[in-house]
Amino acid sequence: MNRSYEVMFIVRPDMVDEDLNKLISTLESSVTGAGGTAKSEVWGKRRLAYKVAKFNDGIFVLMMIEGIGATVHEVERRLRVTEQVIKFITVRTDEELKRLEKVKKLRDAKKKTSAVPAAAPAPVTPEAAAPTTA
Amino acid sequence: MADETRAASAPEGGGGASRPEGRSDRGGDRGGPRGPRPGGGPGGSREGGRKYFRRKKVCKFCVEKIEAVNYKDVRLLVQFVAESGKITPRRLTGVCTPHQRRLSKAIKQARNIALLPFAGRAQ
Repeated sequence: MNRSYEVMFIVRPDMVDEDLNKLISTLESSVTGAGGTAKSEVWGKRRLAYKVAKFNDGIFVLMMIEGIGATVHEVERRLRVTEQVIKFITVRTDEELKRLEKVKKLRDAKKKTSAVPAAAPAPVTPEAAAPTTA
Repeated sequence: MADETRAASAPEGGGGASRPEGRSDRGGDRGGPRGPRPGGGPGGSREGGRKYFRRKKVCKFCVEKIEAVNYKDVRLLVQFVAESGKITPRRLTGVCTPHQRRLSKAIKQARNIALLPFAGRAQ
């Protein structure tokens, strides 16, 4: 039973690209070592909404992880230990993704049945969409 | 001359003025799915026959079919955060309950990772 998580973390704005890449690759290898998969995205330097560790901006990195909870726990521990990381958040995404898929499926099914009288679906669709979200 | 203009402008101001409300312009088309409903709150005919029509608010997420309310989508979230940093209540934005629930969760997550401010405007 694999779960999917997103770990977003912020590193100090003065961190060099080289070090950042090294950090990301070590994190990724720790995930893959534990039997999971990881994918990272560097958002780049962004302004923070409030001061964090006396920094006004930081480099945002998003990491998508698939695996068990223990892998994420390990990644979090590493992030906590790393001094350049000033903030991080973990969000579990698999349940949300599942729900989105379900909604999409429902919507597609509805579209197929009402594909013929699709001339004026505008007043109908908002109402039709409401039950799916509930 | 002066009398005439005053007489002409008075009924216009009384009848045509829709009350400028917080964020009612966001809801999209007037009426929404259930058709236009005049007067969510009647202005009452007490004050010199002043009437206004309140537009029926609709949930932005239902109308535009935005299902994924994500903490990373700051541009979407700021629309539902007041200038002070507070989450705008449903009664002002018209967002439906299930979507408001997800929205508030996303806003709180975004605050946690410094994408949105806890209080005040982002620096």
